[in-house]
Amino acid sequence: MDALDRVVKPKTKRAKRFLEKREPKLKENTKNAMLIKGGNANLTVTEVLKDIYAVKKPFAVLYKKKNITRPFEDQTSLEFFSKKSDCSLFLFGSHNKKRPNNLIIGRMFDYHVLDMIELGIEKFVSLKDVKNSKCPEGTKPMLIFAGDMFEVNEEYRRLKSLLIDFFRGPSVPSIRLAGLEYVLHFTAVDGKIYMRSYKVLLKKSGCKIPRIELEEMGPSLDLVMRRTHLASDDLYKLSLKQPKALKPKKKKNISHDVFGTTYGRIHMQKQDLGKLQTRKMKGLKKRPAEKSAEDSGVSPKKSKSA
Amino acid sequence: MAAARVEDVLAAAEEQEAEKRRSVTVEKELELEFDLGNLLALDRNPPPAAGLRGAGPRREAQLRALARDNTQLLVARLWQLPAERAGGPGGPLVARLPEPAFRLPREKPPPRPRPPTRWEQFARLKGIRRRKRTALVWDEQAKEWRRRWGYRRAGGDPARAWLAEVPAGADPQEDQFARLRREKRERVARNELNRLRNLARAHRAATTVPAAPLHPTGHQSREELGHVARVARVSTASLGRFQPRLPKEPAEPPSRSGGKKRRFEPLLGNLAAERGRQLELLRDMNSKKPVLDITRAVNKQLRQEEAEAAAAKGKKQSQRGKRGRRRQHVGRSGKKSGARRQQQQRPAGSGTSSSKRKKA
Repeated sequence: MDALDRVVKPKTKRAKRFLEKREPKLKENTKNAMLIKGGNANLTVTEVLKDIYAVKKPFAVLYKKKNITRPFEDQTSLEFFSKKSDCSLFLFGSHNKKRPNNLIIGRMFDYHVLDMIELGIEKFVSLKDVKNSKCPEGTKPMLIFAGDMFEVNEEYRRLKSLLIDFFRGPSVPSIRLAGLEYVLHFTAVDGKIYMRSYKVLLKKSGCKIPRIELEEMGPSLDLVMRRTHLASDDLYKLSLKQPKALKPKKKKNISHDVFGTTYGRIHMQKQDLGKLQTRKMKGLKKRPAEKSAEDSGVSPKKSKSA
Repeated sequence: MAAARVEDVLAAAEEQEAEKRRSVTVEKELELEFDLGNLLALDRNPPPAAGLRGAGPRREAQLRALARDNTQLLVARLWQLPAERAGGPGGPLVARLPEPAFRLPREKPPPRPRPPTRWEQFARLKGIRRRKRTALVWDEQAKEWRRRWGYRRAGGDPARAWLAEVPAGADPQEDQFARLRREKRERVARNELNRLRNLARAHRAATTVPAAPLHPTGHQSREELGHVARVARVSTASLGRFQPRLPKEPAEPPSRSGGKKRRFEPLLGNLAAERGRQLELLRDMNSKKPVLDITRAVNKQLRQEEAEAAAAKGKKQSQRGKRGRRRQHVGRSGKKSGARRQQQQRPAGSGTSSSKRKKA
């Protein structure tokens, strides 16, 4: 880690841009994922990694060689890879007799492991096995989580957060409605998690909202949760902290009521109501006779002819 | 008659509308929670566990039906968002998504604001504000607007200045052009030095803040733990002077460098200690027992060799050939005084840790 901890001063503009991309920012880049094979990865696990890579392209890196590490025992090797390739999400696949078809999904904070959850693959249907048309690469998927387990159980809640982080894709301000083609559906039932991917077909219905038909496409996994390594509460809270600059600025002195009316508030200085400029009503003007009655000892002015 | 028929027509139209809308509505016990910024929908309804138990196509069909219902609801919500035609009236229909609401952890901690430079501190103290300068300056000679500095600047190219006045109190023999060039070089060097100093200050401020002094996943090395323990000891109001020590911890004042600098005793000072040392040396020389404890020395050497071999085996994948300096470290006997031994002992592991690692 010494080599990576050394501060490198960039000598070219390209190197400077490269370093600027990697430093912490207010609004962060899309998270990259690294897909790693363990020392004893079998065919199933390799296929899973390849399919997930296809789904997550171009925000993923697939390592071709096998890496003999055990993430749950020693995280330094994972952290080294994360620092090298600037990836904060990882998926590690391995297989042994005790834990067959093992998949460890995890994320990093500041190049240190934050959360890791080990999942076992019970059934896997690959992209190649399903002979339907696929959607283009890099489509932002719609994510749906079904099942009350995802709310009730703490580990499932973290798993849900991890999966959203993993499959979310880039954050966009607007989206083309006809391009909503891909949906990932996660169901938690009976201690198992079913992940299915469907291609969305928008059919004409009478009204504006189209009718949805789904077509099975893409990788589908039956997962079961094994070990977990979750971050402590305070570290998790630290990672969730957003800088103040990102908070949306509240507009002061504007309020809305239930009916949708917008109210504004203006703050005025104290006014002397006697000296206010109001509309002139000629009929209410003081007559010279009345004026002389008010003024004491002042000679009356000559009255103007009306 | 006509009225009745009109009512029938209206009822039929109503029926048709309801029919159409029925194809896109979905009945759910609990409402779904949506986060449209992430295209996310959360369904809290417990799925029909009985149907999903049996493996096979029936389960797939049930899952697919559930997914279809949820997707229909999500798409209905998305279609309700304010939409516009991107790129003119013929372009695709684009919906504006709100900000993502689901809180996800960041990738890296938020950036720390850089500390102000020396000039910025001074300016803030004095209340000096930045005056905005115009981009172009009027050049009388060329009768046009020229830049303030750079290519074709107002006032001509300074390298081509053919006249340099001798200032009032200067030596008449001095070369003014050389002086101007020297002063420019000095100015540039001073500015560069100050810029680097500011950078170093910012870098030091950024790296020395111990936001998480210990490795968050609990794999701390011995050095890290020692360092943190040392810092914790000194962080009391009396700077660690009255802190109770562990039974085996040596009683010495905490040094700021953490034991990295060697300390030597003064040459002339404690005559009694010097006398004692010389006498002890003579005693050891006269005694028949060997000063070197062979067993200890051999054990130490073996241990060091084993450690080096293990480290080299681990690094074999990434580099060819060992790049470590083998220190011939001979252990001292236990008879010598403890203080002297601590001063002169060098750590055994420094040989392997100081060797460079190739980049993977």
